[in-house]
This record gives sequence, C-alpha cells and structure tokens, in this order.
Amino acid sequence: MEIIEAKPGDKLLLLGNEAIARGALEAGVDFVTTYPGTPSSEIADTFSAIAKYLRKKGKEVPFYFEYSVNEKVALEIAAAASFCKLRALTCMKHVGLNVASDALMTYAYVGCRGGHIIVSADDPYCHSSQNEQDNRYYAIFANIPMLEPSNAQEAKEMAKEGMEISEEIGLPLLLRTTTRISHTRGVVEVGEVGKPRKKGHFEKDPMMVTVPITARARHPVLIEKMEKAEKLSEKSRFNEIIENGGGFGIVASGVSVAHSLEAINMLGIEADILKIGFTNPLPKKLCEKFLGEHDKVLVVEELEPLLEHRLKQIAFDAGLKVEIYGKDSKHFTRLYEYTPDKVADAISKLLNLDFSPSENKPSIDLPQRPPVMCPGCPHRASYYAVKQVAPKDVIYPTDIGCYTLGKYPPLEIADVLLCMGSSAGTSCGFSKATDQKIISFMGDSTFFHAGLPAVIDAVHHNHDCVITILDNRTTAMTGHQPHPGVAEGGMGEEVKAISVEEVVKGLGVKDVHVVDPRDLEKTKEAFRKALNYKGPSVVVCKAPCVLLDLRDKRRKGEKIKKYQVNQNKCRKCKVCVLKFGCPAIFFDGEKVRINEEICTGCGVCAQVCPFNAIEVKE
Amino acid sequence: MRLSILLTGVGGHGILTAASILGKASLKAGYNVLVSEVHGMAQRGGIVNCNVRIGDVYSPLIPKGRADVIISTEPIEALRQIDKANEKTLIITDVNPVIPPTIYFSKTSYPEVEKVLEELRRTCKLCAIDAGELAKKAGNVLAKNVVLLGALSAFDVLPFDSRLLLETIAESLPYKDVNARAFKLGEEEVRKKYKGINMRKSQTGKGNEIVLR
Repeated sequence: MEIIEAKPGDKLLLLGNEAIARGALEAGVDFVTTYPGTPSSEIADTFSAIAKYLRKKGKEVPFYFEYSVNEKVALEIAAAASFCKLRALTCMKHVGLNVASDALMTYAYVGCRGGHIIVSADDPYCHSSQNEQDNRYYAIFANIPMLEPSNAQEAKEMAKEGMEISEEIGLPLLLRTTTRISHTRGVVEVGEVGKPRKKGHFEKDPMMVTVPITARARHPVLIEKMEKAEKLSEKSRFNEIIENGGGFGIVASGVSVAHSLEAINMLGIEADILKIGFTNPLPKKLCEKFLGEHDKVLVVEELEPLLEHRLKQIAFDAGLKVEIYGKDSKHFTRLYEYTPDKVADAISKLLNLDFSPSENKPSIDLPQRPPVMCPGCPHRASYYAVKQVAPKDVIYPTDIGCYTLGKYPPLEIADVLLCMGSSAGTSCGFSKATDQKIISFMGDSTFFHAGLPAVIDAVHHNHDCVITILDNRTTAMTGHQPHPGVAEGGMGEEVKAISVEEVVKGLGVKDVHVVDPRDLEKTKEAFRKALNYKGPSVVVCKAPCVLLDLRDKRRKGEKIKKYQVNQNKCRKCKVCVLKFGCPAIFFDGEKVRINEEICTGCGVCAQVCPFNAIEVKE
Repeated sequence: MRLSILLTGVGGHGILTAASILGKASLKAGYNVLVSEVHGMAQRGGIVNCNVRIGDVYSPLIPKGRADVIISTEPIEALRQIDKANEKTLIITDVNPVIPPTIYFSKTSYPEVEKVLEELRRTCKLCAIDAGELAKKAGNVLAKNVVLLGALSAFDVLPFDSRLLLETIAESLPYKDVNARAFKLGEEEVRKKYKGINMRKSQTGKGNEIVLR
C-alpha cells in the first residue's frame, strides 16, 4: 500500500487521481465523500482501499470516508465537516457537480471553516460521459477559487496546498481536472502524510442561516474573500512564465500546458508560455505583464474560450495592443480534447510554419468495435425478455450505467437519455404526452441517486408507465462501488442495506414485481402484468453484475458452467446471435458456436434457443 | 532520450496492466515516464489504448507518426492506430483476430488477417507473433500481454535491461511462473523468427532503429 506508506522524497508512479488522494492525505484530510463517476472514481476508490487495508491490519483509519447517495449529499456531508473545522475532500465527475450545484452556490455565501476541496473531473471528448460541459464556469458562477493541475505531481501539490488556500480564504476550492490529467500516470515525489484533526466541534453563528437578510449580508463578504483570493493567485507558484524568448507567447492551463510544450518542441520554435494553474481568480497583474511583453499570444485551452475572453478583457482594460488568438480567431475548436498535433497545427497556422504530421491511414475498411455488455450480463436478459412482450411503438427511456449499451443492436432498447434518474422523469412526461406504452430502465445505484423523486411523482400523479430497476447489486460501470442497496460501506464496514422493492412499495407503488432476469419466462410474465396495469408499475430485475458473480464463484472455488451448441439440434435460426447478441456466441462459417473462454454459464441463451440446442457442456 | 510506446487492443486483454508495468520499470530505471490510460470501458469489449512515453516528453499523448513502438493484442487494432506510426515504427502484434460481437450488425466485415499484416508490413516494421498460442503454452491465455512484453524485450528498444521488466512483472502480477514463462516464450519467439533479418528498413532516420538485442 505505497500510496499511504510512501515516505517523504519517495517517487511513485501515480494516476493523477491517486496523486490527488495523496495530496489530500498530506494535507491531513479528515472527511472524504463522493459519488463515483468516470474520470473521477479512482480518487475516492483510493481512500476506500486505504481504509479497508488499515482496518484489516487492525489500524485506525485516519479519515472518514463514504460513497454517498449522490453528489449533492456528498457535498453537504463534507460541508458539515468543514463547518466543524475539519478538512474535507469531495470528488465527482463534471456532471456530478450539476447535481451538487444547488448546495455549492449557497455554500460559497456561507463559507467554509476547515479547508474543503471539491474535485470536478471533466471529460472533454465525452470518453465516458453524456456531455463535455466545461466546469470551470462553476468556479466563476459560484465565486470560488479554482486550481487546475497540468500533471500528476501538480495534482498532488494542488490538493495539498489547495486545502490551505481554502482554509485561509474560507471558501471551498474547486480542483478541476480533465480525463488526461485524471487518467495519466506520472512520476510523483511525495511529501509527508499530514495529521488529521479527527473530531471537530460546531460553533454556532447566526450568519450561517441564509435567510434573505443574512444572504444579502453574505454576498459582499464572498466578494471580499475573492479579492483576497486574487492576491493569493497573484503570488501563487502555480502560475508561472516559462521563458524561451521571442515575441510569441502561449497562455495555457491544465493538460494544454503539456500539449503546448510538446508542440513547440515538435516545431522547434521558441515561445514563452504563461502557465496558469490558479485559474480563478486569475492573476490579473501577471497576465497583464505577459500580454504587455508579447505582440502575439495564442490561448490554448480545451472546450470554452474562458481564459481567452478574460485575457481580452484584461488587455482591453490595460489598453494593450497585443493580438490574442484562440477560438474566436478559429485557430482552435470548442470541441473535444486537444492533442499535441492540434496545438502544433494552430501554432503553425498562426506563425506560417510548415507542419505536416503523418497521414498514414488504413487502406482497408475496419469494422467498429463499440463496447458491449459482458457475456452473462443480466441486463441483456432483462432487455431480451422486455423485447419479447413489449407492444410496437413502446418508448424506452434509459439512464446512466452499463445498461445504456442496450442502445446498440441487436437489442436497440434505448430511446432517450438526459442524466442520472431521467428515465423515470421522462417516463412520467411521455405517459401524459402520448398514448404510447412506456418501459424505462435505470440501475439500482441510479435509483437511489436521482430516481426516487420521479417515482414519487409517478405515484402521486398516477402516471401510466413501467419503471424497470436493473438491480445488479453494485455501481458497475464506474468500478463496482457499493451503494445504499448493499450491506458493506466504502470503508469495508457493515452498513444498513436498503431494499429497492421495499422503498418503491413505501412510496406507494402498488404494482411491484421482483424477478431474476436470468429466468426469461418469469421475467416476461412480470412485464406482461406490468404493461396491463393502469398506473405506475415497477419491475425490479435483480441479479448480480456478472463480473462480481464470477469473482465470488472463483473465490469460493465454484466451477463455472460452460454451454455449447448441440450441432445436431441447431437449426441455424440464428436467434441467439442476431436477437440476443451475447458476445460469447458466434458464427463459425455456417455453424453457431459458443466461445468457452468467455462463456460465464448464465444459461440464458439456452432459454432463448427455440430448439433446445444449447446445452451445458459436461 | 525519448521513447513512445502505444499499447492497444481489446478490453480484457491486459493492456492497462502491460502499460503500467512498462511505466513502473521505467521509473525504476530512473526515467521520467507518462502512462495515459482509458478507463470505464476496459472490461466491456471495446478498444483500449494506452500511451507510454519515456524520457524527455511533455504531453501524455503520442503525436501522429511519432510512436516508436506499437504493441497490439489484436491485428486490426494495430492497423487502426497506424496514424501514430512512421516507416521506422516497430509494430508487435498478436495475429489472432477478435471478431467484434457487433460484426453481424455492421456493414463492414472483418478483413483477412494476412491482408492486415501485409499493410502493416508495408507501412512499418512488423513483428507478428501468435501470442495467444504462446500464452496458452505458458499456462494461461490471459498472459498474452506478458508474451508481447517479452517480444518487445527481444528488440533493442527499451533504455533499460529487460531483466528490470521481468522483475516488475514478478512484483506486480500473480501467477509468477506462468508470467515468467510467457515473457521468455515471447522473447524466444522473436529471436527465432527474426534472427538474421535486418529490421533496419529506413536508412535516413536517426536513433531508435530497431535491431534485435
């Protein structure tokens, strides 16, 4: 367990996310909360692993850690710790901050006491997200300080120093990363692990109750705090000018700093770089100095032209003649993530240089390889059963999780997706807006996270829809984190498991079915009944994520069954491949076969086959 | 010194593990190193790419045409990354195709493996081995990532001794015997197959020319 045991001066190869965890440990973090989401998950998973490791060794865990029900609750829990002068860390993916934003906006007014870092891991290019929103705007929107690391070492330093900055100013601090920072391993020299405070004490202050009169009094306080923050930004070591000489300058932050350095190296040119790590408030004087010393400046930042516009403002106010290029000048796009090539291309266009990277392209058409649900995934069984009984023109609202992959052929059972919990919310709307039948899908973790209010709405207004909860006993897509439905917490402690079906019954849903989707007939029967019921129905398809199931079976030494196609019985109807679509089943010429190496023995294909040609391999 | 290695293939083939081993070994040898990963989809049969960059590098991403080595656990996935290669790039790939399960719903069919290898051979320096078979021989088909690392170590590419790689594998992975055998089988296969063949195709380039150790 080197992440906790490494000594000052040790060099570790750490993911940006792990580096953030180490930095927080060095700052003596007391409280860590999260809701998992790629690309942020490994920050919290590191704390979970440390806690379990220390508990196993019979040692005291120096912090409190939990996977909270959603990001808003995670932020509120950690804010309370900060109010008691403890140091806190809350991690989430970019869209998670939308959920937490209601708390965040007023948290800035109330202010924090113990240092509190909120990590937002953004995902330009939507590697594993439903949008590529630029969360730097949240720092400006809420009026809180923001740091942006450009590599793993800096991620560690910023998590540590950010805690001091937050505590000094009395505001939560946004530590904003992007996928290439979160998920790049780099060499990190570590410092000393800090001493946590453990228990706090809440001292009351009427100014913390934001009734209108207090809120009005708190707003100017917030603005004063940010003026103080600007002074810190002005002298921060995270903002620096890397001098190479020449009248051409680059302003960059985050991973764009690394791409810019690579690009000028590739082009063999000289350019000064103003690297901004403390990005809100901006170090105005430093920016003014840099802009004043250069004739041409290119702003390199992924997504929105936030720095670019602020630099233009600064130049305008200071009456500088500098030419500022970036997205307004069309040298860069507002889309997707950047690469060294994109930056080199922009520089070469601006400076009229010759840049022609490799144009090697495959001359053969290559088939796509989209991600698919695993062999034995219970979601595939649920979907197949639904498709067998659903009438034509049924609407399938879907949600955030592995099961979104049901969008692809052969199942094609996803029609609309907005955000966590939106399957149930949109179901309610579709039921009133159309006469179509509605069957929606959401996971168990998603149900607890944001599904509950929409289910209440469905009951309250008697919306006629079938809400399916795909209960695979885990938060699978992000790496199998626990959720309120399971009995083990993030520190490995025993916690109260909440039953999905009991909750929906408690909310007043009258038509509730619980099935194991790997039993196709029973599952089909449940959906038939639910479709015939007038009003909201809930079908809970309960079966563990196959990856966890296999892991448990291997641990117990249980044999994993394998299935095979009896070629004498197979009539080559191809239903198993063309309708069910398990990746373990394939055509070998005209024959259908099962890849034993990846078959997990779920046996659903044997139920799918109309000729009983799929059998257990003895 | 700068060395850029792109590891690619299909989720579940141990690409992240192989990349992390290369990273750890580089750090042990005292080099700066960046390993850029893709998470989330790794176990779901999609494409996995990992950039490993050693030495004087800044960006975690390998620019177009600047990969020194591409290691692939699947032939078409090697070809898919060809924009990262130049004529001096060493491509080490397993020859066993993994047909995407979505192929039956796709307009594009899976190409003939020999045609894929031929194109790779035309564009770069190709080292194609049956890593799957060698891994089975070593005791576990899942060890093909280690077979490919063994194959890499047969070439004079890494700035450190291949023993360091083997040592890191032993420290990082379970099934030490299987992995040690897999590594050795990969290394031997390359020596056997490419003995006496001059992989120095380009006369114009400088540095990082591919020769057997």
